[in-house]
Amino acid sequence: MSNKATLATVWLDGCSGCHMSFLDIDERILELAELADLVYSPLVDNKEFPEMADITLIEGAVSSEEDYHKIKMVREHTRILVSLGDCAVTANVPAMRNRFSVQQVLDRAYLENAVLNQHIPVEVIPPLRKLSVPVHQVVPVDVFIPGCPPSADNIFFALTELLAGRIPEMRTLTRFGA
Amino acid sequence: MKRPFKTRIKTLKIDGIDVGAREDETILELAQENGIFIPTLCHLEGVHDVGSCRLCLVEVKGSNKLFPSCMTYAEEGMEVITNSERLQTYRRQVLDLLFSERNHVCAVCVSNGNCELQWMAGKLGITHVGVPYLYPQLAVDASHPYYAHDPNRCILCTRCVRVCDEIEGAHTWDVMGRGVDCQIISDLNEPWGLAESCTRCGKCVQVCPTGALFTKGKAVAEMKKRHEFLPYLRSMREGRNE
Amino acid sequence: MFNKLEEIALEERGKAEQYTHTINVCTAAGCASSQSDAVKEALENEVRNHGVEKWCRVRGTGCMGLCAAGPLVAVEPEKPDEVLYQYVKVEDAGDIVASLEDKPVERLRCSTDIPFFTRQKKIALENSGYIDPESIEEYIARDGYSALMKAITEMAPSDVIDEIVASGLRGRGGGGYPTGLKWTTVAKSDGDTKYIICNADEGDPGAFMDRSVLESDPHRVLEGMAIAGYAVGASQGYVYVRGEYPLAVARLKTAIRQARRANMLGSGIGGTLFNFHIDIRLGAGAFVCGEETALIASIEGKRGQPRPRPPYPAEFGLWGKPTLINNVETLSSIAPIIRNGGDWYAQIGTATSKGTKVFALAGSINNTGLIEVPMGTTINDIIYEIGGGVSGGGQCKAIQTGGPSGGCIPADYFDTPVDYESLAKLGSIMGSGGMIVMDESSSMVDVARFFMEFCMTESCGRCVPCRVGTVHMYNILDKFSHHEATPRDLVLLEKLCDMVRNTSLCGLGQTAPNPVLSTLRYFRNEYVEHMVTETNGSGPVTKQMEVAQ
Repeated sequence: MSNKATLATVWLDGCSGCHMSFLDIDERILELAELADLVYSPLVDNKEFPEMADITLIEGAVSSEEDYHKIKMVREHTRILVSLGDCAVTANVPAMRNRFSVQQVLDRAYLENAVLNQHIPVEVIPPLRKLSVPVHQVVPVDVFIPGCPPSADNIFFALTELLAGRIPEMRTLTRFGA
Repeated sequence: MKRPFKTRIKTLKIDGIDVGAREDETILELAQENGIFIPTLCHLEGVHDVGSCRLCLVEVKGSNKLFPSCMTYAEEGMEVITNSERLQTYRRQVLDLLFSERNHVCAVCVSNGNCELQWMAGKLGITHVGVPYLYPQLAVDASHPYYAHDPNRCILCTRCVRVCDEIEGAHTWDVMGRGVDCQIISDLNEPWGLAESCTRCGKCVQVCPTGALFTKGKAVAEMKKRHEFLPYLRSMREGRNE
Repeated sequence: MFNKLEEIALEERGKAEQYTHTINVCTAAGCASSQSDAVKEALENEVRNHGVEKWCRVRGTGCMGLCAAGPLVAVEPEKPDEVLYQYVKVEDAGDIVASLEDKPVERLRCSTDIPFFTRQKKIALENSGYIDPESIEEYIARDGYSALMKAITEMAPSDVIDEIVASGLRGRGGGGYPTGLKWTTVAKSDGDTKYIICNADEGDPGAFMDRSVLESDPHRVLEGMAIAGYAVGASQGYVYVRGEYPLAVARLKTAIRQARRANMLGSGIGGTLFNFHIDIRLGAGAFVCGEETALIASIEGKRGQPRPRPPYPAEFGLWGKPTLINNVETLSSIAPIIRNGGDWYAQIGTATSKGTKVFALAGSINNTGLIEVPMGTTINDIIYEIGGGVSGGGQCKAIQTGGPSGGCIPADYFDTPVDYESLAKLGSIMGSGGMIVMDESSSMVDVARFFMEFCMTESCGRCVPCRVGTVHMYNILDKFSHHEATPRDLVLLEKLCDMVRNTSLCGLGQTAPNPVLSTLRYFRNEYVEHMVTETNGSGPVTKQMEVAQ
């Protein structure tokens, strides 16, 4: 192991757009790789979350039981937790189902709008929680990067600041929804 | 003895800047005139003020109270502070409460990028909302041939109510209910499309700060509002009355 | 005209003397709800059955104060051998009438030597329980309208105001603003048209002082308004009374009709050039309409929402005209002050709070009811002496004063004299006079939650902090009641309290956090006991709950 910082990214209930935007930093990923190892992410083939990650980026809202347990676990094994993108920061589109009961949502998705094989899956798929909520309502979050998705520039700026040991000032750079 | 004259001109300080004012000018107007930014969401030039959004609260030296600058008039010797740490905190909290009250999903809103609430959040440095969201159940009213009303995005600033009443003279809009259950309604809570008083002028749509009122057929981020017409209309009418 | 009043008074007193015995039955809301009407009817029947109607009369009167023991019946009121009966039922009527020439019915008797009666000093309630609220003659027989006549025939408007200033009377609706000063400002405001408004939109949970005055002695409110009209130069008054008080409204209507007929209201009052008209406006059940600017909006036919002050109603009130708004109890104290002089009133009470105050005792207390005591009476005296202590014999934990705008005062501070400043120092307010007594079994978190729910549902929705802030505060308090709250909820609650208090538009929002703040101040441990401890051991728990960075 090198003594580089460790970086993890986690994908909860989101569209993966924030991860895409992260990849949009293009060649700057080489700069980043100089500073940190990507130790856990949907983008890398590592199944175990490390004992302690220095920085973890969270994409997506906390919607299912799996999300809930995962974020609790990740928080315990992360020094600086970053809510990346509107779903993690505000619960955004996933939260649009909060006005309906879980049963109504499942009926709509798997029965009313299904053409073939109408049934509500009970296996493999983790059960939905009553509400889809932002990450910071479940565990403490240290840095917020709003945006749907946040721009690659903002993500790169935030990461380089964090890796330089500073808390990035995102207030003037980003806003909800953009 | 009665004082034989009445003073109409006041001098005061806003954020340490000396300002000359007429007695009928508000602190908000004076600040704007002098290039000082005071945030507001309910104020709309051309209609009367209600002081409801509480973003424009300012401090006045010598008083513990906070004053809504849109409804506080210039006084001789006043020293106004518009941007203290305390005020900034309260303003962010007001925005927190507004975002939590309804279902604001910027990413899929017609006004994304052109919304005063969203812009204000950026301007005042909100990166997340600290209170739990309330997720009310509210139905969209798309019964009007040209426009639609989505109460999920409404912040109850009542600009639409005031512009419809005071400028258009139709008074189609009003407020119904109490507290957090308040809603903007057309006529006697009829679908907008059936509201007989509506003249379809669209002024309400243009002055709405968010995507709560919008023109039909607009997709995400396409709804741009124009309320320059209002001061123009106002000044033309005032000119005619003189 | 004085003579005419005296004529009526003499005639009425003469009529009373025809009767050697009088039986008063309380017909105010408290006793009426325990069927005092039926008791009165039964007594009337028994009087006829016994053939004593020549010398014995049965009267329906206003509130006698001890509502807990209703229906109340007083025999020979105001005489040394007065007998007060409690919990009177229809069946008891025969015994009571039969006992008139014999010994009183001991099993029904309520002692009038107890501190509940002896420790009170009645000014605003001086006629309550002694007159028929639907008879102007009985009011006049007890010096009614003599203060109005004195004011308009012997005094200049400025003299009237001087008396009120000298009396040191302060607004009894809650704020405690000096009444004389308020009258002065309205009198000095420019304008030919001015208005008097009587604020009878009493809405605090547990408060029923104004209701009782209107139901027991409506004329004194009208007289107070007319005097105020004369003093500030108004010729039109409105009583804004809540629609939930039908009996009060009915009695006010009767009183206005009678006063007009007696030329004590209307044009050329008492043969002078002074005109004063009073109309009733009904509230539709919104608590916020007790706030003066919302009340004015409601009278104007608009949505009952407050507006920022200044301008104050004294300068820019009803329909933009200078308007004097006083509470029922304040106006009830005007006539005695004019009759006896401001200095007389100023002798009663403390240095800064003059006169007497009516309190509605409710909750876990033996003598539930209405009392009027001099300002400066200690809470101990009110609870244990006058109130007869905690019901069930338990210990009193705290009292809540001032309704949803007030706070809780714990038992440790019960030696505090009740006046505006002392209560404010304890984090509560005098308010309109509701006093809810809580025993050891009360959860202070639940008390705070109750009042927050009240504020949340009564918020008008105009300004953001009150409209949304109260909902969040209620939700957090609800978590506390269900033992689901976390330490960060407490941090958030305190932040919201500070924010809603300092940024709300009107008094309702600005004071909505008071029940929470005062219970947090004295009973913080109860909040802590109502928390769950976080078990996930994850980082500093307060960090992300900061409402805004």
